[in-house]
Amino acid sequence: MTGKLKTLTKNQLFLPFAMMVLVLLINLIKSPDFFAINIQNGVLYGRLIDILNRGSEIAILAVGQTLVVAVSAGTDISVGSVMSLTACGTCMLLAGYGVNSTTTLAVPLVVGLLFGLVLAMCCGAFNGFLVSKLNIQPMVATLILFTAARAIGLLLCNNQITYIRYEPYKYFGNFIPGCPVPTAIFITVVVVAIVMLFLKKTAMGLYIQSVGINKKAARISGLNSSNICFMCYLICGLCAGIAGIVASSRIYSADSNNIGRNYELDSILAVALGGNSLGGGRFNMAGSIIGAYTIQAITVTLLAMGVSTDQAPVVKAIIVVLIVTAQAPAFKAFLAERKAKKLVQENETQKKEAA
Amino acid sequence: MINNVLIEMRDITKTFPGVVALDHAQLTLRKGEIHALMGENGAGKSTIIKCLTGVYERDSGEVHMEGVEGNIYNHSTMDAQNIGIATVYQEVNLCPNLSVAENLFIGREPKTKLGTVDWKTMNRKARKIMDDLDIPIDVTKTLDNYSLAIQQMIAIARAVDMDCRVLILDEPTSSLDDNEVEKLFKLMTDLKNKGVGILFVTHFLEQVYAVCDRITVMRNGTFVGDYSVQELPRVKLVAAMLGKDFDDLAAIKAEGHSSFSDEVVVEAEELSHKGTIKPFNFKIHKGEVVGVTGLLGSGRSEMVRCIYGADKPTGGKLSMHGKELKAKAPIDSIRAGMGYLPDDRKADGCIGELSVRENIILALQARNGVFKRIPIKEQNRIADEFIKMLQIKTASRETPINQLSGGNQQKVILARWLCTHPDFLILDEPTRGIDIGTKTEFQKLVLEFAKQGMSVIFISSEIEEMIRTCTRMCVMRDGQKVGEISSEEGAMTQQAVMGAIAGGEK
Ligand SMILES: Nc1ncnc2c1ncn2[C@@H]1O[C@H](COP(=O)(O)OP(=O)(O)OP(=O)(O)O)[C@@H](O)[C@H]1O
Ligand SMILES: [Mg+2]
Repeated sequence: MTGKLKTLTKNQLFLPFAMMVLVLLINLIKSPDFFAINIQNGVLYGRLIDILNRGSEIAILAVGQTLVVAVSAGTDISVGSVMSLTACGTCMLLAGYGVNSTTTLAVPLVVGLLFGLVLAMCCGAFNGFLVSKLNIQPMVATLILFTAARAIGLLLCNNQITYIRYEPYKYFGNFIPGCPVPTAIFITVVVVAIVMLFLKKTAMGLYIQSVGINKKAARISGLNSSNICFMCYLICGLCAGIAGIVASSRIYSADSNNIGRNYELDSILAVALGGNSLGGGRFNMAGSIIGAYTIQAITVTLLAMGVSTDQAPVVKAIIVVLIVTAQAPAFKAFLAERKAKKLVQENETQKKEAA
Repeated sequence: MINNVLIEMRDITKTFPGVVALDHAQLTLRKGEIHALMGENGAGKSTIIKCLTGVYERDSGEVHMEGVEGNIYNHSTMDAQNIGIATVYQEVNLCPNLSVAENLFIGREPKTKLGTVDWKTMNRKARKIMDDLDIPIDVTKTLDNYSLAIQQMIAIARAVDMDCRVLILDEPTSSLDDNEVEKLFKLMTDLKNKGVGILFVTHFLEQVYAVCDRITVMRNGTFVGDYSVQELPRVKLVAAMLGKDFDDLAAIKAEGHSSFSDEVVVEAEELSHKGTIKPFNFKIHKGEVVGVTGLLGSGRSEMVRCIYGADKPTGGKLSMHGKELKAKAPIDSIRAGMGYLPDDRKADGCIGELSVRENIILALQARNGVFKRIPIKEQNRIADEFIKMLQIKTASRETPINQLSGGNQQKVILARWLCTHPDFLILDEPTRGIDIGTKTEFQKLVLEFAKQGMSVIFISSEIEEMIRTCTRMCVMRDGQKVGEISSEEGAMTQQAVMGAIAGGEK
């Protein structure tokens, strides 16, 4: 029994799961109807659904962020701004430049969405180029778009908030008529499934980890280290684009200043909460996804407890510090040391007892 | 304590999850002696050293040192340095992006009156240290400009320069060649005469008999015995290490390996790499084993890197199986049927946190391409096959490679290339850090593969080893290929090779 418990706690997914359960428990104690799900106006309604729905953006971002962290031991801090740029690009094209509110589309919906995603991928490619080909530190490289992307978006929208009052545009962040489940949940499931399948069925997971741990050795063993790194940034950009469209669709507009604000922090936190080392290398995608929803749950909880949106980051910062400490080699070595000593003592006493 | 004893370690036990690395091991080091620590790969040599210097904390056991009160617990390498223990670890652990001078003085930089680093003094002192060792390099350049061998010399110089009472050298000679080894031995003898106790780990038996006074033998984490050199001749030493009789020299003989075909597998014409290698010609036949030899920094590693495409050639032409091969990156060479075991295992070989299995199949997977993932069952089969074939000592195939002992890591990287079944395999110091029993096994293996039609370039700082396995040797000097020695006229003797390496004055 204790053996089973031990293997369970050793599992990488243990920490994120435990965190999640803890947060949910706190909620349950505070408000017993926390898990209640009911149907109002033909759609599902409840706190849990809310967490799943609102956590979509973070989860999608976490997918890309996990790959970036694994391959380059650094983080892409531009994802929030890229979300905003995608939203602005899409809305600008759909409404036409300079128009700040429209009920009819200037171009077909698909074209607008594709344009947004292409913009996002260009951002990803730009980051990837700086990191993989020019060897610039990830944090510094993505700092450029962190500041610039939001501004470019504002330019695209002529310094206004562009509203798309066209029903189908609202579907991605809300509901498709007749379907009780929020669309964002489906989108997340599809994104996660595609990436997970890709990692499982191909050798990409091995490639990314190898490059993240030792790119020189990976190159000698026949991997194209810089291309693999580039691709991770490209995927991360695309994920940011998808998240941006969902976020924009929720408010059927491109609010350049607010879409994706602070999401880079949440996505990085999701990766760390998932038990992944921010030092790169080994990663676990499932952990990051659980981490993402845990963060959303924390945010919801904090809001429910009356902590204002401005103060919520403080709590998150504390969590980051705790996780990073728990992951620090010195701390891990300390634990391992203690365990080994205990083992030996047990052995000795056993020997004594036997004698 | 007995007289003259400097360090005494008793009943040292150290466990890692799932592994007992040291099981009541012991070690005694006396003043003014050079003490060899011997044992197979994974016997626990590096671990007992790390328990002494505070890299690991022992589970139980006692450590005493002359002049220090009571049972010593070093919690970090700094503690050990403070009581006069200087160490050169098996894996060079200097900072590649700092200058040579900084690396020599890290943690003890000379200071100006204002308390800032006195760069002038530091560089001057560093230059003096390197000049004393007869290694003319620019001490202001960063460390990664220099070969592994030079890095190893720098690590040694750093340790020696610290006024120490105990000097520990864990396989310091693994990438040095005779000249450097001689310099090192002179250094060691000087220190010994000053009363320093030196602990020396090596897999080269001749070196033990050349400088050591006493030998401690370990096997499977346990203490086998502490002998004086006179009472433990070579055959007995090997027997003590392996726990069985084994004649390492008789095991392999030159078995007339002239049986390769006329088919040319790889041919280089005027191939060059700007800055490191001047244009050279090279040809290798199917089933042939060719050695490349030369002094430290002669360009032997650079030459094979150029052929493999690890450093892209800047001039000349390379063809494989008669077709021109323009490799943009190593993967092109691998696809064409090449393999390359790099000499710097830590920097260019191991993917630290990945498992033994993943490290073994990596190159094969890369050749198959990202979409043709090797099924996990097949991966397990390959890993198990090579773990057995090369006798890799590991808790399981899922153990991270950085938890293996140095020699066993080397075997894993070797397995990575063997499992791709290349037509042409470049081995740069393949037996570095591999123990005596496995070394001969390995040489047999190379000859066996050659017989099956593989062409092999073999580089070793041990000339003896190359003479036994190679049919021909290329001699390098100052980044230039200066000649070839063929075994046919019986011209390939130790003396002839040494003469050619040194150049001119033979
Ligand atoms: N950090 C670690 N974690 C787990 N196991 C370890 C670790 N370090 C060493 N070991 C194990 O301890 C044993 C002894 O290893 P050690 O490195 O001391 O061998 P060694 O005698 O130095 O061998 P070599 O000649 O190959 O360098 C090995 O079985 C190794 O797998
Ligand atoms: Mg060792």
